[in-house]
Amino acid sequence: MKARFEVNGHKVEVAVEPRLTLADCLRHHLRLTGTHVGCEHGVCGACTVLVDGKAVRSCLMLAVQAEGSKVVTVEGLSKDEGLTPLQASFRKHHALQCGFCTPGMITTAHALLSEEPDCDADRVREVLSGNLCRCTGYVSIVEAVLDARAAYKGGTS
Amino acid sequence: MKMPPFDYACPATLSEAVALLAAHDGDAKVLAGGQSLVPILAFRLAAPKLLVDLRKLTDLRTIKITSDGVALGAMVRWCDIESDARLRTAHPLLVAAVAHVAHYQIRNRGTVGGSIAHADPAAEMPGIAMTCEAGIVAMGKAGTRTIKAADFFQGALTTALKADEIIVEIRLPAWPSGRRWGFQEFARRRGDFALAAAAVFYDLDASGKATNAHVGVIGVADRPLRLPSVEAVLNGAAIDAATIAKAEAATMAAIDPDSDIHASGAYRRALAGTMVERALKMAAEQTP
Repeated sequence: MKARFEVNGHKVEVAVEPRLTLADCLRHHLRLTGTHVGCEHGVCGACTVLVDGKAVRSCLMLAVQAEGSKVVTVEGLSKDEGLTPLQASFRKHHALQCGFCTPGMITTAHALLSEEPDCDADRVREVLSGNLCRCTGYVSIVEAVLDARAAYKGGTS
Repeated sequence: MKMPPFDYACPATLSEAVALLAAHDGDAKVLAGGQSLVPILAFRLAAPKLLVDLRKLTDLRTIKITSDGVALGAMVRWCDIESDARLRTAHPLLVAAVAHVAHYQIRNRGTVGGSIAHADPAAEMPGIAMTCEAGIVAMGKAGTRTIKAADFFQGALTTALKADEIIVEIRLPAWPSGRRWGFQEFARRRGDFALAAAAVFYDLDASGKATNAHVGVIGVADRPLRLPSVEAVLNGAAIDAATIAKAEAATMAAIDPDSDIHASGAYRRALAGTMVERALKMAAEQTP
């Protein structure tokens, strides 16, 4: 089947089997390997991408279901290959160790801060509870997200 | 794991979707948000020949609030319920329960119809449907019928839906203002499936006694339960500490949960009693 959608601002058309997940389509067909695949059944959150502005698990969505949608992956968050304020904050706070969960943390936190730039630490923890980090770096991840809030106020990011 | 192969259809009308299901006679599955079905496929617990995607059926995405109650289209997502300010007065119990459903990303795609059709015994939406005596409206080749929640849930992941039927709407009866309610859930992490949860509501008569009590629990049986013996404790009584203690004991007597890897049966029984106790305290403390 053909699936036509937009990824990081570019229109794409890919021939896929219906059973192909959006995550595998992004990684294997479009070579966007920033999206990580951990559990493949919607538990770990590593594969989180934005679909029409909403954070979703790309392993729980078929590529054919993305027809007509705007998909943004972690590669699409920064425009000039530099770090976004959120990414810079992750670096500043040492909010990653092995980095496997980081793309999912970044896309999830980006969606949260875009919707709720005034969220508090409890809300950040609640939202990030859907993203597993096995290096147990949650304290610094929460600090990084809270510190990045300023960049999202006024709708600039 | 990767999903088994299947065909995919994305019909533009409900009748086309029903016709596709009917033509495949049990070998087709409905795809709504996919947040339960896709994991089942990834584990290869099911291998349908065809998935029928409902995403183009935008009529199923509406939330209707009338004097008859709240009608949730089957494709209404958890995030839609969260962001609809009307529901906070039209059905506060629903809103409180849905706040416990799954994690952020899943809430952006998971649907009420999908949860009802999946019928996980620890899921909040089937519990609310049971407790509130919801009507589940399903359309099939033979037409549309409304199934009472009490008849709909038949066991773990087992419902009264026929192979050619699609849930189109969940109807919750009207919620009078001043109704007392409580919802309490215990899970290891917020958003995980409940180890046990309780939903309660009752109205107050002129003398301040409870009437029309409804008590439901999830996570303690193969389906969501309503507990008539606990409701009998509440009806006609003042909801004070003594009544709440009796209701807690009645809850523990009314259920017989199995042990599994997440909790022993004895623990779940005690937990369900505590959830009913806390939900009733929450209700009793409300100022209407």
